[in-house]
Amino acid sequence: MHAIQVLAAEDPAGLLAARQQMALSLGWHIILAAFGVAWPAMILVMHWRGVYRNDDVALNLAKRWAKVAAVLFAIGAVSGTVLSFEMGLLWPGLMGPYGDVLGLPFAFEGLSFFVEAIFLGLYLYGWGRMPPKRHLLMLVPMALAGIVGSYCVIAVNAWMNIPVGFRIEDGQVVDVQPWAVLFNPAAVLQFAHMWVAAYMVVGFIVAGVYAAGMLRGRRDRHHRLGFTVPFVFATVGALVQPFIGHILGLRIAEVQPAKLAAFELALETEKPSPLRLGGLLIDGEVRYAIDIPRLGSLIARNSFTEPVQGLETIPVADRPPINITHLAFQSMVGIGTLLFLAVLLFWFARWRRRDLLDNRWALRAAVAAGPLAVIAMEAGWIATEVGRQPWVVYDYLRTPDAASDNPQIWILLMATFVLYTGLTIGAVVVLRSMARRWRAGEEDLPSPYGPQDQGSVTTS
Amino acid sequence: MTLEVAVAAALFIGIVVYALFGGADFGSGFYDLTAGSARRGAELRTLIDHSIGPVWEANHVWLIYVLVMWWTGFPESFASAMNTLILPLLLALLGIVLRGAAFAFRKFAPTIGQAALYGAIFAGSSLITPFFLGTVAGAIASGRVPAEGRGDLWSSWLNPTSIFGGIIAVGTCAFLAGVFLTADADRTYRPGLATSLRIRTLGVGAFTGVMVFAALIPIMRDAPTLADGLTGRAAPLIVVSGLTGAATLVLVAIRRYRPARVTAVVAVASVISGWGIGQYPWMLVDEVTIADAAGADATLVGLLVVVALAGLLVLPPLVYLFRFTQTEEPASH
Repeated sequence: MHAIQVLAAEDPAGLLAARQQMALSLGWHIILAAFGVAWPAMILVMHWRGVYRNDDVALNLAKRWAKVAAVLFAIGAVSGTVLSFEMGLLWPGLMGPYGDVLGLPFAFEGLSFFVEAIFLGLYLYGWGRMPPKRHLLMLVPMALAGIVGSYCVIAVNAWMNIPVGFRIEDGQVVDVQPWAVLFNPAAVLQFAHMWVAAYMVVGFIVAGVYAAGMLRGRRDRHHRLGFTVPFVFATVGALVQPFIGHILGLRIAEVQPAKLAAFELALETEKPSPLRLGGLLIDGEVRYAIDIPRLGSLIARNSFTEPVQGLETIPVADRPPINITHLAFQSMVGIGTLLFLAVLLFWFARWRRRDLLDNRWALRAAVAAGPLAVIAMEAGWIATEVGRQPWVVYDYLRTPDAASDNPQIWILLMATFVLYTGLTIGAVVVLRSMARRWRAGEEDLPSPYGPQDQGSVTTS
Repeated sequence: MTLEVAVAAALFIGIVVYALFGGADFGSGFYDLTAGSARRGAELRTLIDHSIGPVWEANHVWLIYVLVMWWTGFPESFASAMNTLILPLLLALLGIVLRGAAFAFRKFAPTIGQAALYGAIFAGSSLITPFFLGTVAGAIASGRVPAEGRGDLWSSWLNPTSIFGGIIAVGTCAFLAGVFLTADADRTYRPGLATSLRIRTLGVGAFTGVMVFAALIPIMRDAPTLADGLTGRAAPLIVVSGLTGAATLVLVAIRRYRPARVTAVVAVASVISGWGIGQYPWMLVDEVTIADAAGADATLVGLLVVVALAGLLVLPPLVYLFRFTQTEEPASH
């Protein structure tokens, strides 16, 4: 309590609200961004089957997914715009001095967003209007643009963690090298981590939709195929993700020791370090943790002896919020490990000729995997973003110095919360109504204003 | 042309294109809002769905392009503009979010009741967004955004230049949308629709034209630097906009909709460019010039590379998208 009051006295009025605002809008958008990154590839596989193998079930699935994508990408486009505005509205102290350092990757991201939006328009409009093979090709630039775009955004985030491409001289940012930011060495691994996470999130969510259908007894080929294609993507993601995460984590010991100490809840440097499962920092002491000796060194440092540098080595003013960072990090790792084991079990059983899709508990687990993957992704972002605090640009710019001095941001936060709740409800209602009408045999879902279809609009 | 001016020009081209294409999408909200009951307005609303459905997201990206070019090329001026104009920008942003989401929801709404709700949100937010963006332009053009820090939260955008900026923005959007939609209705053989759109377009066009020239009077007092530019360097553009705007009204009146689209685009592009040329060489009028506002040279070069790449990678498919979606006959559903 005391610490919070001290902080509040020094920080600009809008800081906490601005951070919550950013967290809410980013956390909401990132789910849709994952669909933008990963879904085109899955639709491409499904559509390809439909066209090249004359598989009508697959073609129909691709057609429906495209319609859902139209809704999701629309909200994704506007919630991404919110973030563009917020960069300046919430963080003028970052964008003013550093806008020309971090901007170039965003310009490339804008370029890929352009390509994605154009080909999305062509793809959605192209059904029945374009030769099938050419129509299918519209997905390729979409999928590539999603990948490039997410790389660019991640490049900026990686730069915030490990800044490169400028120097500070007399308090001024000089010697700006924007290309060094775009191609900063930290970006590739971090991008890989997020890219794979997007495939897991989308793969598990979409597969979960069909698993839920199977739980309700809808066991046709439509449901099996709708489950399998995204689940294969998610499987590959879940299998490689722990390794990417591990390599990514090894770097943190050198570049962001405070973050690693918070991840590991390491108050003191121990040699070798234990792996601390769970636990909370309460009044300066670790409570409720299970320590596994040596494993911390092994996982975080790839060594039996190298220690995790403890928080005692970090000045108090430079420490991130410990508990949030630690719990978020371990939630991510825990869920990631669980999903890794779950997909192994699924395919092992399949190899032993046992189809877990006949098992209701397996189906329930498949439904749960989607939300779990989302939680893991959100937790990962919370871990890395909160763990970077109190810095926006690590070691250069503190978050309080980047925020605007605007106490009214609380009102904005409330309004955004209401708005995003409304959008979520709207999206869920619309998507569920689409699914309901598809099950009822309506395929085209004409506009409710389509004159000749007005009679057929149901009011259920 | 210096590096800074080249980047500013590329940025400004983005503003013009957004005003034209994004503007036409927003403007369709006016006709959607005034289309009448669900039954009576069904034909027009279906037309709007068809004509902006495949392109609005691509047109929307021009706004992202503008923002990114601005904060990367001219970071301090971006920060102070965002800081000062937080209220109109948030309101515009609200409109952008509601417009996009409601438009997508409406297309797949299961009942006419839900569609009407989303449609009203779509149409209403389509009108507020250009208004607030127009007030932002007015704030910058009348010298109310300081070079650094924050100007007044309210008077920066509640002033004669901003209010006229907002009205002109809504008017030009509705004017463009009217011309485009009328041409679409005519092209797809819906004579009744074309006739009713034609009348409203003529009204909107006349109103907007009067506003553009009426705005010059308060601007003389309220924004002298801009006024000097508009009556000096940018005067030819103002004349062109007047002539092409009048020509558009004549062409619409005599039902020559195809050429009317061209003159309408020229008229609106001239008005917007008039503002840009009029406030040159200022980035934020009376506060900071383009040259002084610019960020690092290496970054400006990088931005020009992006612009060149956009010419290669974005323009051809964008042209294809427009040709494909706007020239083909709409399918029957």
